Amino acid sequence: MGIRFILMVNKQGQTRLAQYYEWLTLEERRALEGEIVRKCLARNDQQCSFVEHRNYKIVYRRYASLFFLVGVDNDENELAILEFIHLLVETMDRHFGNVCELDIMFHLEKAHFMLEEMVMNGCIVETSKANILSPIQLMDKTS
Amino acid sequence: MASPSLMDTLFQRGLDDIIKGVRHQQSSTESIFMSRVIEEIRREIKSTDLQTKSTALQKLTYLNSIHFIDMSWASFHAIECISSPAFSHKKIGYLAISQSFSESTPVILLISNQLRKDLKSGNEFEVSLALDCLSRIGTVDLCRDLASEVFILMSSSKVFIRKKAIGVVLRLFEKYPDAVRVCFKKLVESLEGSDSPIVSAVVGVFCELSAKDPRSYLPLAPEFYRILVDSKNNWVLIKVLKIFVKLAPLEPRLAKRLVEPICDHMRKTGAKSLVFECIRTVVTSFTEYESAMKLAAEKIREFLMEDDPNLKYLGLHAISIMAPKHLWAVLENKDVVIQSLSDEDPNIKLESLRLVMAMASESNLMETCRVLVNYALKSDPDFCNEILGSILSTCCQNVYEVIIDFDWYVSLLGEMSRIPNCKKGEEIENQLIDIGMRVKDVRPELVRIARDLLIDPALLGNPFLHRLLSAAAWVCGEYVEFSRNPVELMEALLQPRTSLLPSSIRTVYVQSAFKILIFCIHSYFLQKEDMTSEVSDLASKRECSESSDLATGKALVQSDQDEGFNPRESNQSYEYPSVVDTGDGQSSTPTFMEKKSLMHESIVNLLNLMELVLSPLSSSLDVEIQERACNVLGFIELVQQEFSNPLIRKEANLDREEVIASRVVEWVHDGFSEELGPVSVTAQDRVPIPDELVLKENLTDLEAICGGVELPAPGSFSLTSPYYGESAVFSVSNLQAEEDSEPSTESTSLLTEHRKRHELYYLPSEKNKIPANDYPPANDPSSSINTNDATEDLVKLADQSLVSKRKPNHAKPRPVVVKLEEGEAAPVVSKKPELKDDLLSGAIHDILLGNEAKAASSQSNPSDKSSSKRKGKAKHVDLLDSNLAVGEQPNHENPSSRRSKHRGDGKQKSKKSKGKKNGDGREDDGEKESQKIRDHHGRHKSRQRADAPINVVPQTPDIPDYLL
Repeated sequence: MGIRFILMVNKQGQTRLAQYYEWLTLEERRALEGEIVRKCLARNDQQCSFVEHRNYKIVYRRYASLFFLVGVDNDENELAILEFIHLLVETMDRHFGNVCELDIMFHLEKAHFMLEEMVMNGCIVETSKANILSPIQLMDKTS
Repeated sequence: MASPSLMDTLFQRGLDDIIKGVRHQQSSTESIFMSRVIEEIRREIKSTDLQTKSTALQKLTYLNSIHFIDMSWASFHAIECISSPAFSHKKIGYLAISQSFSESTPVILLISNQLRKDLKSGNEFEVSLALDCLSRIGTVDLCRDLASEVFILMSSSKVFIRKKAIGVVLRLFEKYPDAVRVCFKKLVESLEGSDSPIVSAVVGVFCELSAKDPRSYLPLAPEFYRILVDSKNNWVLIKVLKIFVKLAPLEPRLAKRLVEPICDHMRKTGAKSLVFECIRTVVTSFTEYESAMKLAAEKIREFLMEDDPNLKYLGLHAISIMAPKHLWAVLENKDVVIQSLSDEDPNIKLESLRLVMAMASESNLMETCRVLVNYALKSDPDFCNEILGSILSTCCQNVYEVIIDFDWYVSLLGEMSRIPNCKKGEEIENQLIDIGMRVKDVRPELVRIARDLLIDPALLGNPFLHRLLSAAAWVCGEYVEFSRNPVELMEALLQPRTSLLPSSIRTVYVQSAFKILIFCIHSYFLQKEDMTSEVSDLASKRECSESSDLATGKALVQSDQDEGFNPRESNQSYEYPSVVDTGDGQSSTPTFMEKKSLMHESIVNLLNLMELVLSPLSSSLDVEIQERACNVLGFIELVQQEFSNPLIRKEANLDREEVIASRVVEWVHDGFSEELGPVSVTAQDRVPIPDELVLKENLTDLEAICGGVELPAPGSFSLTSPYYGESAVFSVSNLQAEEDSEPSTESTSLLTEHRKRHELYYLPSEKNKIPANDYPPANDPSSSINTNDATEDLVKLADQSLVSKRKPNHAKPRPVVVKLEEGEAAPVVSKKPELKDDLLSGAIHDILLGNEAKAASSQSNPSDKSSSKRKGKAKHVDLLDSNLAVGEQPNHENPSSRRSKHRGDGKQKSKKSKGKKNGDGREDDGEKESQKIRDHHGRHKSRQRADAPINVVPQTPDIPDYLL
């Protein structure tokens, strides 16, 4: 499994989106998110975007007030994951138009939907913005 | 339950209301609000109206995802939602299920039918929802039930569906390996497609699969190669490179073909991620290709020169992969590495620290450590300890391989302990003791350092360094003969501030003080003996009494002394040529002895001091401290009788009491001065289990007896305490044996137990020499002759394996480091492949390789689950057999007939023929590539068809043609 989880966390450390690709209990999730937030949010811009945590790596990037954190296996390509984060943000940007924290809060389902289009079983399966968004747009039209 | 009223439905709060509501709460009222909302949801979710129900579920899913609210109770309602005809309800239900279901969810089997229905649905979005869900929560049962549906979807005309179906395959294979037989061919076919989303998904799947069992995918190498050369998609290229990293070690010929295209990508691409992946591939797998390595190093250099901390980190990381085999890469970038030590980012600092240590060698170690220790002084606590830790671990590698000058290293250890942020007490403790035991020449310096540590008042206050102090105390006690001023040591050990130490370490202090006391009194007696040596009758008398009392012991002691002291003597005489050898080891300590400072008074003072300090400890709550203090006090009392009235004693040397006292001192001293050596970790394995020892007996009644006794926790197991414990036990038993003259066999059970607990520190012993149930301790000189043998064994062992790595170009010769021949390294645990992977790889192998035999041992675990796999295995064995037979006897009738039978078998099975077709397809593809390859293929094919007896190398049958 390449990607283990994807988190979006705001500056205050509140989780805004959590997508796990392995089963964790609520308690494990709470502990994990707490640790990661403590570890990553304390870092500044001059520091690199990779943090080793437990037996995997976290690749993170900050966009405005939101941190995008992706937990990956150790042999995953860090730069590719950074590009993946960027792609995710661009995709959401295209859909919501200058995406912000509130967009994700109020459209959590859609954000999950996009992620499902992009990642399956921890593998990145789709990297074209148009392909990712077309089912969502279709669904928007029909409903 | 009453059905919800219309009002509920009409005025139900939507998700947006909840989100807004949560946002407006203060943190104090949030939990009240939350519980009210959950109450509401619980009510609404029971509604018969699916709209109400799904909205409630949607809210619950949101709260679960963001606010960690339990939703396992709602799993049945989620299933109700996905069976709704409305897509919007389905969507909510599926999201809830993928988020909250686990293998242990009781109702998970109920969704099987609904999933199947949705997988067959005409609405591609419903299909996609079901596929996503299956990929997240698929259990063994679900995967088995739905494998055929997924297989059908893999040939769907819609790319959207096909892509997702391929994504699910990974889960399918993992949970239900037999699915391979159905789906694998399709998967391989998808590799050839031109639809890039499909290829990207398939490559992702193969990347994950090959991480688990690369060998099975070797035959697909040509496909991956084609993608590597043709694809323009960086995501795909990165995944393909990852696959090749796994495959390359299995097939050496792959590297030759791959190096060129990879270097090509490295040169041409603008994407840093791809460049980095190429670098990583080259430095991990193609280390012997000089030009590729050069290019990679060049690219790494570019990374390092960038301002971006990410690239810098990755560059350093890549170099550290290169470092073990290509140190030049590190040296070339030395400037950046050193500079990065002071980077702002702790991760970068850490990487560069690793590299600095990788550069350390015998010649520059001292300089490097000097710089690093100075740097550690200035840096923050965490990094300071990282530095110290890496110095310690680098230096102790391979039994201190890199260290020439141990005096320097020991003083470095002392220096490191004084760094205020140092938390490496335990590590330094281990090394101090280890060096003390292994390197004889360094002991004088070691004692000096230990003394400095003991008298340093600052160290006592730092709880992280207490372990280190225990090592220092142990060293002082054990090697006290090298000390310049034992009295000073004694004062340090007994200083009032030792009450700051934890009790386990205070026990070491007490015992070390005891050792020093014994040493002082012993040397005092020797001194006196020297002075009165003219009185020959005294000497002979004492000799007589000793030999009579020590019926078993005398000869032994003598021989022990020979072993234990002679080397030390010779070392000493090397350093102090003026030493007068009086036949006793202790006289070879001129630093202390020559001063003749041990006056009668100072001994009395010492005794008084000890009595003063230890008396309160005799009522200590800690058993260990109490016991040791009492032992020492008892001893002091015994000796004090003699010293209390010096004038009389001096006149009446022949007094009986003095004889007893000095004799006791001598015995205890002998016990202490026995050399402790390093013991191999595997020593215990070499001890045969005695016949009478029943290991599997039920010991419940024993527990009833020992129930009250608190055994030390295994976690507190340290290097010092066992040694310490041993010597304590033996000295006491010495005394007891002398005073009570009880048969020592009584204590064997105790010893056995001790041995069980501290087996690590017992000596290897030979099978036939040791009587069945007698476990002699390593350092008990008076127990029996066997001990002596064991000691000899150790000495022999140590002598045989002395490291004689002397570097002629160094001014100071490297001292001998005692190293045990084998077993210094931890025993290698053979890795057992997991059953599931095994099944999977077996299945894939069957499909891919058709009827070729596989040499790999991964098929050694037949399982009941897949009978077909067992068949496969039997077949393989068969084939191998026949191959062997053919090799020996080319015209043998039997094997070939057996084989042809196989082939028949294989063709009857549809799976087999699929595999075969599959192989053909690949060959066709190969044909496109080049003329030469085709020729080879032709030959290969015909060879296969002819079923000639010179058939096949069993491994990797498809690749050779391609690679030649």
